[in-house]
Amino acid sequence: MKVSFGVRVLSMLSALTPGLAFAEWNLNFTPASTLLGAEIQAVHDLVMWIIVVISIVVFGAMFWSILKHRKSVGHKAANFHENTTIEIIWTVIPIVILVAMAFPATRLLLATRDSSASDITIKATGYQWRWGYEYLDEGVKFYSTLATPRSQIDGVTEKTSTYLLEVDNPVVVPVGKKIRILTTANDVIHSWAVPGLAVKQDAIPGFIRDIAFKAETVGTYRGQCSELCGKEHGFMPIVVEVVSEEDYQSWIQAKLTVAGAPSFDPNKSYSVTELVAAGEQVYNANCVACHQAGGVGMPPTFPAIKGGKIATGSIQGHLDIILNGSAKNPMMAAWGPILSDMDLAAVIAYQRNGINSTGDFLQPADIAAARSE
Amino acid sequence: MEAAHDHNHDHHEPTGIMRYVTTTNHKDIGSMYLWFSFMMFLVGGVMALVIRAELFQPGLQVVEPEFFNQMTTLHGLIMVFGAIMPAFVGFANWQIPMMIGAPDMAFPRMNNWSFWLLPPAGILLMGSLLAPGGAGGVGWTMYAPLTIQQGMGMDMMIFAIHILGMSSIMGSINIITTILNMRAPGMTMMKMPLFVWTWLITAYLLVASMPVLAGAVTMTLTDRHFGTHFFNAAGGGDPVLYQHIFWFFGHPEVYIIAIPAFGVISEVIPTFSRKPLFGYASMVYATGSIAILSFLVWAHHMYTVGMPVEAQLYYMFATMLIAIPTGVKVFNWVATMWKGSMSFETPMLFAQGFLFLFTIGGFTGIVLAVTPIDIQLHDTYYVVAHFHYVMVAGALFAAFAGVYYWLPKWIGKMYDERLGKIHFWLSLTFFNVTFFVQHFLGLAGMPRRIPDYALQFADWNMVSSIGAFGFGLSQVFFLYVLLKAIRSGEKAPEMPWEGATTLEWTHLPTPAPYHSFETPPDLRS
Amino acid sequence: MSSQSGGYYLPEPSHWPIIGSIGLFLMAFGAVLTINTVSGGGYVLLAGALVMVYMLFGWFGTVIRESESGKYNKQVDLSFRWSMGWFIFSEVMFFGAFFGALFYMRVLSIPWLAEGDTGSLLWSGFSAAWPTAGPGVASKFTPMGAWGLPAINTALLLTSGVTLTIAHWALLKGQRTKLNVFMFLTIALGVTFLALQAEEYMHAYTELDLTLESGAYGATFYMLTGFHGFHVTIGTIMLIVIWLRGIRGHFKPETHFGFEGVAWYWHFVDVVWLGLFILVYWL
Ligand code: HEA
Ligand code: HEA
Ligand code: HEC
Ligand code: CUA
Ligand SMILES: [Cu+2]
Repeated sequence: MKVSFGVRVLSMLSALTPGLAFAEWNLNFTPASTLLGAEIQAVHDLVMWIIVVISIVVFGAMFWSILKHRKSVGHKAANFHENTTIEIIWTVIPIVILVAMAFPATRLLLATRDSSASDITIKATGYQWRWGYEYLDEGVKFYSTLATPRSQIDGVTEKTSTYLLEVDNPVVVPVGKKIRILTTANDVIHSWAVPGLAVKQDAIPGFIRDIAFKAETVGTYRGQCSELCGKEHGFMPIVVEVVSEEDYQSWIQAKLTVAGAPSFDPNKSYSVTELVAAGEQVYNANCVACHQAGGVGMPPTFPAIKGGKIATGSIQGHLDIILNGSAKNPMMAAWGPILSDMDLAAVIAYQRNGINSTGDFLQPADIAAARSE
Repeated sequence: MEAAHDHNHDHHEPTGIMRYVTTTNHKDIGSMYLWFSFMMFLVGGVMALVIRAELFQPGLQVVEPEFFNQMTTLHGLIMVFGAIMPAFVGFANWQIPMMIGAPDMAFPRMNNWSFWLLPPAGILLMGSLLAPGGAGGVGWTMYAPLTIQQGMGMDMMIFAIHILGMSSIMGSINIITTILNMRAPGMTMMKMPLFVWTWLITAYLLVASMPVLAGAVTMTLTDRHFGTHFFNAAGGGDPVLYQHIFWFFGHPEVYIIAIPAFGVISEVIPTFSRKPLFGYASMVYATGSIAILSFLVWAHHMYTVGMPVEAQLYYMFATMLIAIPTGVKVFNWVATMWKGSMSFETPMLFAQGFLFLFTIGGFTGIVLAVTPIDIQLHDTYYVVAHFHYVMVAGALFAAFAGVYYWLPKWIGKMYDERLGKIHFWLSLTFFNVTFFVQHFLGLAGMPRRIPDYALQFADWNMVSSIGAFGFGLSQVFFLYVLLKAIRSGEKAPEMPWEGATTLEWTHLPTPAPYHSFETPPDLRS
Repeated sequence: MSSQSGGYYLPEPSHWPIIGSIGLFLMAFGAVLTINTVSGGGYVLLAGALVMVYMLFGWFGTVIRESESGKYNKQVDLSFRWSMGWFIFSEVMFFGAFFGALFYMRVLSIPWLAEGDTGSLLWSGFSAAWPTAGPGVASKFTPMGAWGLPAINTALLLTSGVTLTIAHWALLKGQRTKLNVFMFLTIALGVTFLALQAEEYMHAYTELDLTLESGAYGATFYMLTGFHGFHVTIGTIMLIVIWLRGIRGHFKPETHFGFEGVAWYWHFVDVVWLGLFILVYWL
């Protein structure tokens, strides 16, 4: 669907008037659903009020002299300067103000950094460009990827209200429980941030850092990766669903069942058409960001799959680079730990028979065998 | 910014382009710095417009995400290293010898090299866009390990930074030496104009911090190509180590940008208030304190990396301390205006714009200094708003004030006062349209360095983009004002500003002669 | 047009800076091409280096001629002193970045990798110790001991500081032969140092399996000693220039900043080595 230029201009203009379009003229913090978040907001408001008062004094004096002590109204210049008493006064008063600000700030900081006595621990791993979650005690593991379709980003279809803030698998946590998030990353630095829960913690490859929150109300909280992590940095949102304890338990159970019973039959022999169809989905969810639609790539940074040396070469080499990543270029990550045997078999089949036409393909069982080598 | 023209009597002087290529004259070099920086400002500004055009609406319309990141990166680097820093070095070149009664800079040949290192660095920076894979899309902070994943363009950027660093170090050594060793008899340290003081202090900051940046990018280079593990946990290194080294440079760097601006403002405000600076000595001490403190607060850019909480507390307190000397400066400026006899020619207007908006930028800095608040605002548009207030309305406005103030002395002609005022009011308005609204975006949680955003950010982004284009056009207008003054400005009177008291106004003709002081003025008495 | 404003020497327009800029640009661009294995990069790098050498000869040659023809007065001399001092300070800060990295890794990041959640979830089995190649690098290197070659090198550099000072005294007293002899000794010590350092690197690469890629230890060891060695090389070249100038009869007992500047630089290199010896080799 192509939108005409006129319609675009009109929609741009209409967005200018408040109340129309998706107008949300936010002026302050996203209301937080945690007690600490509310306190942060309170300290912020306190600091703002202090600043308003200082501004009134400083800018008041400034504008007063601009208005009154100007040559055009005939004001003659006085010649006073250097006054140590005044200098001391205006050094000491800010010190007092700052000390007054430092007290609540210190208390609050100590409280936000306290991640002890948590009820649930979740490890969040940043990948280019998705989040991997692992509930350490429950044993639930999954990946969470942007769910907004490319067509909305390109403006071909209409954007929904959760545009860019929606994922396929949200994090689910119970309400009123202290949740501890351990952050780390697989490739570069990412940052796990959800304004509605008042948390932001960088995810640093090779290190584990932690942060805790306790949501007071049921609801969906949306955030985004907040550290530049490359090309798709703007497209790796975080969605946390805060649910009741019962809902949480049943969600865990459901996840465990799914994990226990793969949606594919590991021993079945799939036909090439089945695999290519499934593989196209996998490709569009995981690989298209770099290798582009149709596998044309973006040389020289991202090699083309179409006619590519590896994707038309030996199938073992093809499997190897996808399973273990590229030895030369960390951008091409190891997909073995991320994708299932079925997904891997499917995406290989798609790259070899959908994009290229080599005719050969692998079954999930072959992948399992390669893994255990 | 054209150098004075009374040098024709000198015989072996190269002419045409070679005059500028080989010149050892502080005025020629100052002019080249200023023109270079203005060109880079336009280039960096166009990159900002690419950013703002993409962010005009949600969705990807104008550029690809990768190119967007490259634009953000180059915009930041070019504005900081290519526009603002050289602009103030240009002022230093023109003004310091004239203000201290010296014939020229201490090392005129090295001065030439400091300037002529900028074009190669500029070519490498901009040329990186043409390298396979484009420029580095890593942000001007160049955090590891994202830098490891970049192509050849990243290496070009690294070497550009090395060269820029050499240029800055030579330039600042030259400035330090000139100030310490070339003052006219009787020009004691505590009689130097504040602009000279601020540059002396800035030059120390540069000499101490640029080599550290060189170290940081060198480690990046060896991590990229020679298998070292400085920023890689597998080898016992740490990506955060890069951030510590970078910000040990980076925070002093922001004061390298701000302090010469303070200097210009400290000349302009007394002149147009027709009243001496209120507290000269306390201004000098305050500037010195800011410089020292600036080496002790760097990790306030890293509150979210997960430092031990004790470290966060220390950095929060230390950062808040900077408000005190900066406050002393603000209060002194206001006290200078108080009961003065003020007039509002363009330089003074820009100085007032600076005072008002820089202080607001300082206030948001204090908000960010409070760790728990910063954790919410870090890497959002609130930070973008903060630093454009201090760097655009702060440093850039001060540079405008300086150009309007000293232009008559430099070229012997006046700019068109009416046009200058229009330039000011346009800049003031569009600046706030562009950047004030970014505070709201940041508070609402919009991350920086993203090419596309969620719908709740749409409205303010559109406003900001409109402001940016308006601000950009206002700067094209500035170019016109400038060219008009150079081409057909009225002849400037010997003393265009009633209240000016520094040597370049009191002891030198307008326009200033090619060699400022053939014999040093004697200021003892 | 050069002039003697207020007694201060102002040089005439010079083309050396722009040649330097071209040289540096070619070097940088050539280095980029070379490390990205683009063919021909090495030639660009080489060309740049040659231009730089040409520029340095030309520029310093000019300065030396100006100095010897008595164009510089006391004030110019003081300018040189300030500038050399601050240049050395900037070098100190450059080394500071690498010493800082060493401190951070040894004292902070390596222990962090072994403790808490980071240790147990990501790098189990890693225990913090120094020297180390880190938890994820399979390098079984032997660290460089302090009391072999490095100790000899320390002695060499310290001695060279002494011989240089003796040379300086000789210059002050106008004893030209003694000056030349002790300058030669200083240079010989510097060259020996470099030779032993090269020997040490060979030993480390071939027998100790200690390479740039040996994690935190390898990286800091080679980068710190490597940059130091690079500075010793430059210092030695400067000493050779000064030595030849001395033989030609340059320098007077009262004015010889060229000599002193080089001496300051050499002492700075010396002090950095002491830091290295203690922090990199010994502790
Ligand atoms: C010219 C440049 C400049 C200047 C002068 C400043 C000045 C200050 N900055 Fe800013 N800053 C930047 C440029 C600058 N900054 C840049 C470029 C970044 C982002 C880099 C990046 O990530 O890309 C940044 C980011 C930045 C951060 C990190 C934000 C984040 O990424 O999360 C913080 C946090 O503490 C901060 C704080 C401050 C403070 C406290 C000051 C203080 O110096 C301000 C002091 C001034 C005042 C307070 C106003 C006047 C005072 C009074 C009237 C007295 C009374 C006042 C009180 C008692 C409050 N700055
Ligand atoms: C002193 C430095 C300086 C200056 C002067 C500016 C000037 C401007 N900056 Fe700058 N900015 C930075 C320093 C600076 N910036 C830094 C350090 C960053 C961080 C980078 C990073 O994250 O790594 C940043 C990031 C940054 C961002 C965030 C990007 C992101 O996070 O992805 C944005 C977005 O709005 C922005 C906008 C602007 C605008 C609109 C201007 C305007 O003031 C520019 C105005 C000038 C012009 C527009 C040029 C003149 C016009 C023409 C030549 C003709 C064409 C004009 C028209 C057709 C209208 N800047
Ligand atoms: C972050 C970007 C990125 C993503 C996402 C990505 N790749 Fe790659 N891929 C690369 C890069 C970079 C290379 C080049 C590696 C090299 O040069 O060694 C590459 C190389 C390849 C090659 C070899 C191409 C050739 O002929 O040289 C194949 C096959 C491949 N990727 C498959 C995939 C599959 C399948 C997926 C998704 C499951 C995927 N890639 C996702 C970046 C990516
Ligand atoms: Cu992940 Cu930004
Ligand atoms: Cu800072």
